[in-house]
Amino acid sequence: MAQYVLKRLLGAIPTLLFVVVLSFLLVHAAPGGPFDEERVLPDAVAANIEAYYHLDESLPKQFVRYLSGVLQGDFGPSYRYRDHTVSELIADAFPLSIRLGVMAIIVGVVIGVGLGTLAALKQNTVTDRVAMGFAMSGISIPIFVIAPLLVLFLAVKLNWLPAGWSGSSGVSRMLLPVIALALPQIAYISRLTRASMIDVLGSGFIRTARAQGLGTYAVVRYHAMKPAMLPVLSYMGPAIASVLTGSVVVEQIFGIPGLGQFFVTGALNRDYTLVLGIVIFYAALIVLLNLIVDILYGVIDPRVRYR
Amino acid sequence: MYSVRMLLGLLCLAIAAFAACTIDDSADHQITLHRGLGTDPESLDPQKARSVQAADVLRDINEGLLGHSPDGELVERGAERWQVSDDGLIYTFTIREGARWSSGESLTAEHFVLGLRRLVDPAVASFYAQTVSDVVNANDIISGKLAVESLGVEAVDVRTLKITLRRPVPYLLSLLTHPSTFPAHPAYDASNDGNSARALISNGAYKLESWEPGSLLRLTRNEFYWDNANTAIDRVYHHVLTEEMSELNRYRAGELHVTSSVPPENFKQISEQYGDELRVAPYLGVYYYGFNLTRPPFKDDVDLRSALSMAINREVLIEKFTGRGEAPAYSWVPPGTYNYTPPQLGFAELPQVDRNVIARSFYEQAGYSAENPARIELRYNTSDTQKRIALAVQAMWRDVLGVETTLISEEFQVLLQNIHDRDTTQMFRASWIGDYDDAQSFLALMLSDSPSNMPGYANETYDSLVHRAAEQTDLDRRRLYLEEAERVLLADHAIVPLYFYVSKHLVHPDVHGWEDNVLDYHYSRHLSLSAAH
Repeated sequence: MAQYVLKRLLGAIPTLLFVVVLSFLLVHAAPGGPFDEERVLPDAVAANIEAYYHLDESLPKQFVRYLSGVLQGDFGPSYRYRDHTVSELIADAFPLSIRLGVMAIIVGVVIGVGLGTLAALKQNTVTDRVAMGFAMSGISIPIFVIAPLLVLFLAVKLNWLPAGWSGSSGVSRMLLPVIALALPQIAYISRLTRASMIDVLGSGFIRTARAQGLGTYAVVRYHAMKPAMLPVLSYMGPAIASVLTGSVVVEQIFGIPGLGQFFVTGALNRDYTLVLGIVIFYAALIVLLNLIVDILYGVIDPRVRYR
Repeated sequence: MYSVRMLLGLLCLAIAAFAACTIDDSADHQITLHRGLGTDPESLDPQKARSVQAADVLRDINEGLLGHSPDGELVERGAERWQVSDDGLIYTFTIREGARWSSGESLTAEHFVLGLRRLVDPAVASFYAQTVSDVVNANDIISGKLAVESLGVEAVDVRTLKITLRRPVPYLLSLLTHPSTFPAHPAYDASNDGNSARALISNGAYKLESWEPGSLLRLTRNEFYWDNANTAIDRVYHHVLTEEMSELNRYRAGELHVTSSVPPENFKQISEQYGDELRVAPYLGVYYYGFNLTRPPFKDDVDLRSALSMAINREVLIEKFTGRGEAPAYSWVPPGTYNYTPPQLGFAELPQVDRNVIARSFYEQAGYSAENPARIELRYNTSDTQKRIALAVQAMWRDVLGVETTLISEEFQVLLQNIHDRDTTQMFRASWIGDYDDAQSFLALMLSDSPSNMPGYANETYDSLVHRAAEQTDLDRRRLYLEEAERVLLADHAIVPLYFYVSKHLVHPDVHGWEDNVLDYHYSRHLSLSAAH
């Protein structure tokens, strides 16, 4: 097992290096520079600023400088936020994004699995139709439609919850963003669970369990749940990725200072270092998450062996 | 259903666990003003800041030699009084007695010297270094030829500051309200990265308490401020809200007192719903279409350029397509600019029907016709507002002249790069916001050697008129030179001014002391709140 983890971690190094090189080149290939505005800087001033950020050096030299910084955990200064380093910005933003993401995933899994199981047990009844109808609309309505509607009704019209992030505090300001992020997950997970649960409930070992006189609850809880969860578990990797990317929209709408918002503004402002920093950070995170999911797989399904 | 109960329990536990560690900042009785800011400031170091948003916050937490009254007039702030030598080259300021930093230290002439030296210091790399290019030796310091100590700025004694210019600058006092000229505390240079020491020491009515990038800047009263007794609001929260729609929702939900803008889509509905809370006022900014004057078809073809300019019905454009109370533009410098009456485009007085007739004749003179229409590419930065305007202009040109226009939407940085390259670009959309309330701020832009001269306009007569104006010490003569320069610019149809910007805010009825002004500066220290907030 330890050998397997080590092997996977070593295998991640070329992947990450590839990500660094590719994104470095892509970011620098994008037209326009970080300091371009309608107010064009006089040459002498522009030269001073480029020298300040080492942008006057050749691209390979800049890359070596950047890479050696990254290896020491330093993502360099942000071009847009002159008072902050990229590492500072990521360190502030990531806990927020991950907190939102994890809450959305937990809400998504708990409600999604519950709803899916219910629908599977009551297959082709009204309950099933209602649950799956809800799931269908959750999948088809995009976040950027749901989120403003939630704000409009719950915050502006009813004044129950704050409309934005800054200046308020506590659980209340987390609720709307988490709901907006969780809805599509609930939808997807409940459909996955329903399909998988129906499949499992029809298999031989469940029939045996029933034949032994076990009730529905015991059958589901002790026999069907674990195998039915496998597709949900493999969906966790993409789910986290989709929550992280989905949070870009939610963070914009609610004004949450998470990674997604910095990623978008960084890209628009040609804040090379900020964009690169976040891409590398995301890449490392996804490699890690995939590894964790693979390990969990073995815990749930004993047939999986690590090699 | 045991399992359902367990699931719900787990859910509550998860929410509680993750939500527990948030900050509670509502437990005090101070008066707090909530303002929408737009995007984050890039820096709160006066010499490193660049954006309008940074300047908005800096005017709250710092203060220069001069500032503004609520209606935008120049008033003495860090300086109590000043004298100007007869030749207009030497300014002597007396620093205000009792002026202090938020740390309690006295504000001295040395701090202003430090601020101005930092501004031109290549090591600080300020975006606004050029602001003081007319101070003796400034340009040589910026380009690294001279040491910063040689700048023509001197602390004669603790309270006397002397600024020496290489030529008269009649708008110098306006320049000295710009945040880049604000004094600097020695601690600013101590910490190079991170916002710890630097941002906490300031000399304005407020000081920075905390800054969460992408979210919120909390300012609190500076007890050492010389006019602290007249500051009504204890705390100011500048909320970073990049989406205009989100900002509007926060205002609707009662979470903001003042918005930084108003979304164009809902403007009509908002003005009906909010009435007097919506504040629309003229602003020192012009929205224009530029020609690439260095390449055909626009190079040396003033007939085509004037035909295109004339065929645009600006009244319809602002009424139907921008619709936020903007004024149609028939000049380059906005009306209301200090000591200046902008000349108008020749056709400004004519009704649109007549303009169209003349436009067609110019169009034909330029060699185009229905059989041989002009084919033009117009570039704009990707946004709904820009697109609506471009579509309207495209239709007007087609209807009046038969011009075939291709619209190209580009990301802003790409557009800037393309304009700058002057290669593929034919026409482009751009805008200009005045840095200070003076026609020079607009006219200097079109000098042939100005880096922001996007069309590539070059006219010796124009250049010499603007330069001659700069040499005048008599304000009336200076104005005549500048007005004549603008007449030349307009006659050349180097640009197509479309409309003048307006500032747009929603201001809650509880907020008092808000006065509209062309600079759109609204210092928090001039405001007060009636009810408890």
